[in-house]
Amino acid sequence: MMQAAGDDEALIAFVYHEARLIDEKRFDEWYDLYADDCRYWMPLMRGQPQSAEHTSLFDEDKLLLKIRIERLRNPKSYSQAHPSWCQHILQAPRMESRDTQAGTVVLRTPFMYLEYQQDQQEIYAGVAWHHLRLGGEKILIALKKVELLNCEAALPSLQLFP
Amino acid sequence: MLDYRHSPAAIRALVRDDAVHRDVYINSELFDLEMERLWRAAWTYVGHDSQVPNAGDFYTVNIAGQPLLMLRGSDGVVRVLLNRCAHKGAKILGAGSGNCGKLLRCSYHGWTYSLDGSLRTVPVKSGYAGTRFAASEAAAGLTAVANVAVYRGFVFARLKPSGPGFEEYFGGALSSIDNLADRSPVGRLEVAGAALRYMHNSNWKMFVENLNDTMHPMVAHESSAGTARELWQEQPPDAPRPMVIEQFLPFVSNYDFFDKMGVKVYDHGHSYTGVNFSIHSSYSAIPEYAAQMEAAYGAERAQSILGESRHNTVYYPSLTVKGAIQTIRVVRPIAVDRTLIESFTLRLVGAPAALLERSATYNRVVNAPTSVVGHDDLYCYRAIQEGLASNGNEWVSLQRNYSDQEKEGGSLGVHNGTSEISMRGQFRAWAAAMAPSGTGA
Repeated sequence: MMQAAGDDEALIAFVYHEARLIDEKRFDEWYDLYADDCRYWMPLMRGQPQSAEHTSLFDEDKLLLKIRIERLRNPKSYSQAHPSWCQHILQAPRMESRDTQAGTVVLRTPFMYLEYQQDQQEIYAGVAWHHLRLGGEKILIALKKVELLNCEAALPSLQLFP
Repeated sequence: MLDYRHSPAAIRALVRDDAVHRDVYINSELFDLEMERLWRAAWTYVGHDSQVPNAGDFYTVNIAGQPLLMLRGSDGVVRVLLNRCAHKGAKILGAGSGNCGKLLRCSYHGWTYSLDGSLRTVPVKSGYAGTRFAASEAAAGLTAVANVAVYRGFVFARLKPSGPGFEEYFGGALSSIDNLADRSPVGRLEVAGAALRYMHNSNWKMFVENLNDTMHPMVAHESSAGTARELWQEQPPDAPRPMVIEQFLPFVSNYDFFDKMGVKVYDHGHSYTGVNFSIHSSYSAIPEYAAQMEAAYGAERAQSILGESRHNTVYYPSLTVKGAIQTIRVVRPIAVDRTLIESFTLRLVGAPAALLERSATYNRVVNAPTSVVGHDDLYCYRAIQEGLASNGNEWVSLQRNYSDQEKEGGSLGVHNGTSEISMRGQFRAWAAAMAPSGTGA
């Protein structure tokens, strides 16, 4: 497949695939979708600028993603004594912008996200923005920004990845 | 059915010198009594005055079941008012924060109030002619909380009219707020952005106790900080340590480290760990900041401010402060098994942006509802909440490093860091508030 061409359908399929890898806990494959200088960012406020000076719910670089993944597998992660499972339900991703010269695209995907653990199921909704880098051997996520509908609400433990 | 409300002796029997009965965490009658007798009698944290910088700025909170609003008046004074219209009781401000302009106006019948809470206008006031209105509660306007103290920007209120004064209540524990504010070259703090709000399905005391519990990090946080340590060990020894690694690794320090850290205990349930050093002691230096501090305070004083590296200070029961990393956590009990923890990031006014970046990172990585460290802790609190239903052993042990000398005032001062003495101090304050001596059986 000529992904470098940035064929819309392949990019949309990539977004679905990313969510599926999380839901199926195929975290090594999921981790490999991210660029070395990636960001997985979930702001705490609506319209929050991307700045290290404001705290966020997630603002993970690749090292922090790795720590989270390995922690989920650590037998001493007692908060996973009852494992968490999640389900993404995506609205069709749409191409928001494309920079052919830079080889980057941005897709916008409204979603519902359910996280389940021990008889308890939480429902979240929001919009995911995938900033993808094309042009290399494979598509890479430079930034996944997750705008949670209830980002400023008092939340229970959210243990996986919306 | 045991009736705690009318039996101070039964409440006193829940707190032994070195253990507490499980009911203090799981009995909802005791929770209601805690709100009445402990929380409303204590100096509780309302908010920071930097959240209401201008006249008309407000911030609403609920403390011990009381809807309150913190409001900056046109005279510049920060007041705490009951958030209740004097007419029919509607909350006067619905939003969490904002600016109400020159007056407050009720959404129901349009009564208006000045920013000091006094009643300004009532539509068609002639309707009250010949009634007792002028002499009634309604005409008195919004009820102001009489006992409010603003200390280095931290706004506290005591909802009960009588009780100990502010300085008397906190005593030497205020030195942690001083140290936090002094870390700004101009001695001022500002709340930076929104709070991380983490709903705990556990009793509020488990959180408060945990802040000075130094025997849990190496166990509970082995999964998060321990994983970070393992991943980091795969790196070459001279690799530069990212900020998150610097913040994670000390959590899994050994027992000796936490013991030598020390804990200092004050009256009324207050305490802090990290008397000698703490998990915040070995962060990378920020030379530009050190130079600023020296210029502002002189070398000696700057060194003494930055030389403090306190871990957690508990301002019992509502506030915990981490001066060395400029975050605070506010405790808002909702039910016997439900507690909201709000974590604020503070900006050291005048300090380089790198400081705020470090605080914001720490707050996210440790205190967010999405934090792996937070997941570790909350799992344990919830496990206690459920485990305490067990019959057969109704007591929770607080015996580590207990000595009978504690009873004669020997509890105050500095102790070894892994002692459970801070928790015993909290429960002494708890019992004194819940069943004051002289209130009979």
